[in-house]
Amino acid sequence: MSASDLLAAPPAGWDEPALPGEPAQGYWSSAFAKLRHDRSAIVCVLVLVAVVVACMAAPLYARYVLRGDPFQSNVSGTTMVGGKEVAVLQQATNGLGLGLTPIGPQWRFGPYMLGADSQGRDVAARLLYGGQNSLLIGGVATLICLTLAACTGLVAGFAGGVIDRIISIFLDVLWAFPIYLLAISLSIVLINESLHIGPITIGGNSLAVPMIIIGLVYVPYVARPVRGQVLSLRHSEFILAAEGIGASPVRILWREIFPNVFSTLVVFAPLMMALNILTEAALSFLSIGVQPPAASWGTIIHDGDGLIYTRPWVAIAPGIAIVITVLALNILGDSLRDALDPRAKVRLH
Amino acid sequence: MRWNRSLLGTAAASLLLAAQAQAAPTGGHYGGTLKLVAAAAEGTADPGVNYTLKYWQLFPMIYDGLVTFEKAGGKAAFNIIPDLATSLPTPTDGGKTYVFHLRKGIKFSNGKEVMPSDVAYTFTRLFKVLNPNAGTWYNVIVGGDACVKTPKTCVLPGVVADDKAGTVTFHLVHPDSEFLDQLAVPFGSIVPAGTPEKDMGTTPIPGTGAYMIKSYDPNKGMVMVRNPHFKQWDAKAQPWGYPNEITYTFGPTATAQTTAVENGQYDWMFELIPSDRLNEVATKYPHQIHVSPLLAYWYLEMNVNMKPFSNLDARLAVNYAIDRGAMVKLYGGPVLATPSCQVLPPGMPGYQPYCPFTKNPGTKWSAPDMAKAKALMAKSGMIGQKVTVITQNVEPYSGLGDYVQSVLNQLGFKASVKKISPDIEFTYLQNTKNKVQIGVTDWYQDYPAPSDFLNVLYSCANFHPGSDTSINMPGFCDKSIDAMMQKAMTVSLTNLAAADKIWAAVDRKVTDLASTATMFNPKHVDFTSKRLGNFVFSGQIQFLPDLAWVK
Repeated sequence: MSASDLLAAPPAGWDEPALPGEPAQGYWSSAFAKLRHDRSAIVCVLVLVAVVVACMAAPLYARYVLRGDPFQSNVSGTTMVGGKEVAVLQQATNGLGLGLTPIGPQWRFGPYMLGADSQGRDVAARLLYGGQNSLLIGGVATLICLTLAACTGLVAGFAGGVIDRIISIFLDVLWAFPIYLLAISLSIVLINESLHIGPITIGGNSLAVPMIIIGLVYVPYVARPVRGQVLSLRHSEFILAAEGIGASPVRILWREIFPNVFSTLVVFAPLMMALNILTEAALSFLSIGVQPPAASWGTIIHDGDGLIYTRPWVAIAPGIAIVITVLALNILGDSLRDALDPRAKVRLH
Repeated sequence: MRWNRSLLGTAAASLLLAAQAQAAPTGGHYGGTLKLVAAAAEGTADPGVNYTLKYWQLFPMIYDGLVTFEKAGGKAAFNIIPDLATSLPTPTDGGKTYVFHLRKGIKFSNGKEVMPSDVAYTFTRLFKVLNPNAGTWYNVIVGGDACVKTPKTCVLPGVVADDKAGTVTFHLVHPDSEFLDQLAVPFGSIVPAGTPEKDMGTTPIPGTGAYMIKSYDPNKGMVMVRNPHFKQWDAKAQPWGYPNEITYTFGPTATAQTTAVENGQYDWMFELIPSDRLNEVATKYPHQIHVSPLLAYWYLEMNVNMKPFSNLDARLAVNYAIDRGAMVKLYGGPVLATPSCQVLPPGMPGYQPYCPFTKNPGTKWSAPDMAKAKALMAKSGMIGQKVTVITQNVEPYSGLGDYVQSVLNQLGFKASVKKISPDIEFTYLQNTKNKVQIGVTDWYQDYPAPSDFLNVLYSCANFHPGSDTSINMPGFCDKSIDAMMQKAMTVSLTNLAAADKIWAAVDRKVTDLASTATMFNPKHVDFTSKRLGNFVFSGQIQFLPDLAWVK
């Protein structure tokens, strides 16, 4: 989606013209009404709700189905398959008897439904717990990113002059770095050295580390369109009117301009979350995101990397989870854009 | 730079002359190109500096020492035999003087004849290039300690060369039963006098072996060709070698290497077959798999000078808690490793089976004793302490690190794991500045002597705070054990059986004090191409590329 698409959002309070005999709808209620009639959006919301609920149910799965701790190694453990006790890591019986293979997917609702990883841990349980972390990191990183982007974009666009130039240069410099290289560099430093913000110290193992890193690196991605939109609003009549009646800059920013860029941020939210989930998975796959024994979809793919020949489901299962979630978020983002865009061709009624 | 050009010029000229003078054998299994592959190069090609298994496997066919380990499989691989020397000398002066007579007519690959002065130069150079073991092995030579302190101005009065008589005399500070072992390893490779007194990196140094390095690019590979000046003097010490050329490609991952060897694109891979593919390879290509025993052990080193492992009970708890059977599984299964509790591996002189850290203490590990481990933890007062496990980011180290973290958490520690590159982990663990609490590591023999495990890894002398070369990683220092080791080394000069008994007692004491937790003794798996014949595994050098047939 380009910045020009985003700029299509009308000012807050803009009412869609009413058809004869119908009351006029508000901007947000009109958008919500459009969304309700967008089948793909509804399906995506349902998919996302299902993913979130499943991930939240991870402790229940571990307690009542697995009856074990999916974060503890279970290399010498056993499980029941078809009424027989079998080793979770199975010794090869062919050839020279070299190598061990984790138990494969059982394809039934029960322990080791999706098999075990090389530490003998239940993949399904880790997939659910990993989903919690992936979604949490994706969500919080999105909040951090949108908040910082909104602040910098609003200030730069409204203040103009030197402040705008300084902020723009800072965003350009940040944007000039290859995103993954920047994220990898920050991760390596913070995981090893911990993050110290005044009296607060965030340990290298904390989930806050990938949240902050991912939130930071994507700020220019959102801040630049926001700044552009603020620049175009800066000399609008309603802003000049607000200035004319003596409104303070803070009030103008908060009461007049922010509501007009809010729809842009809303449209960006699912798209950024999808991007953040992918970035988290990439960092964790490289062992510089979520740190063991905690799991995320990226760390599980990393665990499955060494089992791709014998137990590909260890890597495939979290891969599918990422694809479904990211696809749903992206489609939802597009639907939101359509709903919040008054020029969209799909009209109600 | 000047030295390089003159070296190449000399080599090229002498190559032509020598090609006419001495031809390598032809026919039969002689000839062809042996293709080796590894994931990465292993640093400098200077035999006086490089201390890696990867190149210690190559150096014996490129260089010679005064003595060497026999190039053979089985127990013969540990025999020390004369190489550039005509015979093994009998030490005199109470074990402090060794006189070597050099063979005549042996030439370096640049055409220069080997002289006793080259030998003296080589040992002085070892100190000047900061050989990793100069301060622990070669400082026994008179003047060695001074050279360790001021390497740039090193003169080594303890090595006396007589070019006319063709002899080299070594004077030692005290008798050393392992002096010949230390001369036989690649650090003792004789190089020409005048070789620059710095780490030569990727520039090959002329040697006397059957092969010489033609080119070396750490990003691509290494090519070894026949040394045109080589003439076999003893097939056990330095055989002709079968392949005409040996290439070593660097880059492919272990998985890619496995597929390439399956397809015959390479003849041998350095990396272990990934555990994910062991079963497949062993089932499809059983005749191309070679499992060989090693004198080695894998262990957890625990820093005895830092919390929480400054506490003996905490260290003992770890020893009782770890499931060595599980660790064997993570390494590849019981065919590839055997659980162990002690330092000395089976087959090593002085080895007497001993395992106190098991459910039924005795000679063999049977199962972890978690109840005892938890009781020890409660006694230690270390519950809740933060611990970081250091390991490599490749398998099987990575999996072992995850497992250890899991066990530490079960014991009540707050454990995290830090996985770092294999290139730096070994030195990282050694440097006390990194404040490592516990690390996953291993030790493979330099030569078959108990001191190479006990004295090297646990003596006070090998703990060097603040350096990258503190091979005594736990910082363990017990004066009474040091005294026992000194006694064993002295006794071994006259009575090996008595010395072995002392080493066995040292092994038990070191094990009981639990500065390390032994996991298992590994075996080695080699995977070779279908065309490769005459696979010979030396317990000292491992796979001998020069003895392999590709024709």
